[in-house]
Amino acid sequence: MSLSTSKQAGRPTRRGARPAPLKTTDPRSRKPVFTIRRSLGIAGFMAPAALFVAVFIYYPMISGSQMAFRNWNLNDLTDTSWVGFKNFQTIFSDPVFYTVLDNTLIWVVASLVPQLVIGFAIALWLRRRFRFRGLYQALIFFPWAISGFLIGILFRWMFNSEFGVVNDLLSKVGLIDEPIPWLAEPKTAMVAVIIANVWYGVTFFAIMILAALQSIPDELYEAAELDGAGKVRTLFQVTIPYIRATLALTVLLRVIWIFNFPDIIFGMTGGGPSNETHIVTTWMITITQQGDYGKASALGLIVVALLLVFSVFYLMATREKKGARS
Amino acid sequence: MIRKESFAGRATRITFLTVWLVITVFPLYWITITSFKAPGDIFTFPLAYWPKDFSFENYKGLFSKAQFGDYLTNSLLVAAVAGTVATAISVLSAYVLARFEFRSKTSLLMAALVTQMIPSFIALGPLYTMMTQLKLVDNRLGLILVYIAVCIPFSTVMLRGFFENVPDALEEAAMIDGCSRFGALFRVLLPVMKPGIVAAFIFNFVNCWNELFLSVTLMNSDANKTIPTALNGFISSFNIDWGSMSAAAVLTIVPTMVLFAFASRHIVQGLTSGAVKG
Repeated sequence: MSLSTSKQAGRPTRRGARPAPLKTTDPRSRKPVFTIRRSLGIAGFMAPAALFVAVFIYYPMISGSQMAFRNWNLNDLTDTSWVGFKNFQTIFSDPVFYTVLDNTLIWVVASLVPQLVIGFAIALWLRRRFRFRGLYQALIFFPWAISGFLIGILFRWMFNSEFGVVNDLLSKVGLIDEPIPWLAEPKTAMVAVIIANVWYGVTFFAIMILAALQSIPDELYEAAELDGAGKVRTLFQVTIPYIRATLALTVLLRVIWIFNFPDIIFGMTGGGPSNETHIVTTWMITITQQGDYGKASALGLIVVALLLVFSVFYLMATREKKGARS
Repeated sequence: MIRKESFAGRATRITFLTVWLVITVFPLYWITITSFKAPGDIFTFPLAYWPKDFSFENYKGLFSKAQFGDYLTNSLLVAAVAGTVATAISVLSAYVLARFEFRSKTSLLMAALVTQMIPSFIALGPLYTMMTQLKLVDNRLGLILVYIAVCIPFSTVMLRGFFENVPDALEEAAMIDGCSRFGALFRVLLPVMKPGIVAAFIFNFVNCWNELFLSVTLMNSDANKTIPTALNGFISSFNIDWGSMSAAAVLTIVPTMVLFAFASRHIVQGLTSGAVKG
């Protein structure tokens, strides 16, 4: 639109100085024509979805957020007055909060890195066609059909200190002499829940990265081969730069999900032994179950704030590099 | 891709992929084997990697001691109804978001994304209060309504991706031939989209089938519990009865695995299309 008007006004176009940044009209985008019938149609199609989400998700979420500033305890609802930031102060002065923060950081980083590395490797190896590739993909996809809670239970049984198969296998191979009480010790319990999470999360990375890899044109690899680039160099200078946007987005999504993913820990240890495997969201569930909705909501808002700050910084960091490249 | 693979490379690849496959499948194998051991055999040394004789006692116990039949019916009913309604509603919203330009479109998409970012536990308390006022606590209809709402945002985004893969020309041709926009959607577009819609339904069904925290909050009585809530009840006691637990776990996992196997290709496509496009 603006391109054509400037031409009509007879202004000099500086096409030589600058490659025209204005895109010609995308054939897919439809020009909004405002007719009452059209608007009613759009509204009618959107209405059921909007209604459900507004009533059962947004309303409780917003009213939950204001509980963070109230004295709201299910055990005593006689006084639900506004208390300002008291719930936040309670959290910040609770030593458990800092244990929980540490755990959450370990949980996110130690789960994410192996998921990314193993998932990347699988995706690279799956790029080549082989006979049972479709079947293989379907098989490694199956952890996704199981709920996080059940995964927790599956691994709780395998990490059982007396009759668990993990201890049995380790002693058969000769790595341990006596059974490890996995879920009873804080350190080993954390290792165990992270192993379960890695088991679950690798597939997601493999699938996302494989889809991105398949979008790389073959010519790029041909060019790299002609230039005599070896396998490792091709990986770092062709493959990774090409799929960087997808990688960055997938990592961001996973950080948010893993942060908000209490299911495995809930099923496996319930946050124990003595709060040592609690992450922010499992702690939040415990507080909710104790009936202190005010405190739980305050914790929820802290989570949102942390994730928001992280996302902004992360997006800034990944975008800057992109700008520098072009 | 074009490079010829060396023998060592091929060996590494096959070894690695095989090892990962074994790691992926093993937990399922182990829980299944456990479920078919006689209750006494689960706790004997040495651990048996193949049961001496297959026993169905754990499964029988589920239905005689616990009301597993009820849980199964509840889960099936809730997931099927919520999954169907949520998919139908999402088809409408996804269609509009894929085919029309309008002012509030970006904010609507953002609103859908935000629901995925905020921890849902913040909504549990007020949701419980609200459902109590509506007399929908401990009520399957109540749980269905909530599940529909929970499914809508993601399945809308997923279906929108599928709609965008179908060229506009298809509907335009139908409309030139005298179809209304509604007619074009139902007679021409939806049949083409069938695999995508089935994938979205399966995704929704499995999510409702697996959901735990909302169901724990909203369902109190034993007769209304879904399977995950019942399993959570199995844990609460100090000693977990691993025989019943493993049998229940197998019965929970098998239906979802079968469904996923049917639709995995399309679910994968739905999950990846959004992110790869950026």
